[in-house]
Amino acid sequence: MAKIYTKRKLATKKMLPKKETIRLILQYSCALNIVKMGNMSFDTIAN
Amino acid sequence: MAKIEIPDAILVNKYIDGDENSLAILVKRHQSKIYGYIYSKVSDRDLTEDIFQDTFFKVIHTLKSKKYYNEEGKFLSWVLRISNNLIIDKFRNDKKMYMKRDTEEFSIFASITDNSPNIEKELINNQVDIDLKKLIQKLPQDQKEVLMMRYYSDMSFKEIADITGVSVNTTLGRMRYAIANLRKLIEKNKIYLTS
Repeated sequence: MAKIYTKRKLATKKMLPKKETIRLILQYSCALNIVKMGNMSFDTIAN
Repeated sequence: MAKIEIPDAILVNKYIDGDENSLAILVKRHQSKIYGYIYSKVSDRDLTEDIFQDTFFKVIHTLKSKKYYNEEGKFLSWVLRISNNLIIDKFRNDKKMYMKRDTEEFSIFASITDNSPNIEKELINNQVDIDLKKLIQKLPQDQKEVLMMRYYSDMSFKEIADITGVSVNTTLGRMRYAIANLRKLIEKNKIYLTS
C-alpha cells in the first residue's frame, strides 16, 4: 500500500478554560442577585 | 437528524428571565473562542484564566442588572469587546513593566542595578543623620519637639497638637519655623547633607 507523504495538519488543540473557572462563573451567576430600587441597584451574593 | 442550536439571542433572553442553564450553554458554546482570543493577546495561561473569569463576571452583572445590554444577535462580539477592554486595562496597569530581551549587543544584566546602599553610601547616610540630629538640637524647644514628633515618631499634626496642648495651626507654624531655621543653620555651618 502506498504511503501517505502529506504532512500532518499542525492544528493546535482547542484552547479551553479550566473546569474550575467555568464552575466558578456559573456559581457566581447563581449566587448573584441584583435588586433595583428607584435609581439605585443593590447586589447581593448568596453564600 | 440535524441538531438544532438555540440562537444566542434567545438564550440571553432566557438567562435574563432567570434560566441559569442558558448561561451554561452560552459559556460552553463560546468558551473556546473567547479564551483563545484573550490568550492570543496576553500569552499567559493564568492571566487568560483571570481575564476570562472577569469577562463573564461583567457579562453576568450586566445581564442581571438588565441595564446596558441590547441584544442584536451579537452576543459573542459583545463579550469579546468586554474582554478586550479588560485586556487594555490590564496592560495599562502594567505599562511600567516593560520587557527587555537578552541579545548579543545588549546584556540584560547591564540594565539591572542593585539599589541597596553600599558601604560608602551607608557611611555617608550615617554621617548625614548625625549632622542633622546635631542641628535639630540647636533649634528652640517648641520647634524641636514638633519636628521630632513629626519625622522621628511619624505622628500627625493633630496628634502633636493634642500632646503639646496647642492648636494645629500653631503646630504647623512651629514646623515651618523649624524647617526655616534648620535651613539657616545648614547655610551658616556650611554643611552638605546630600548623600
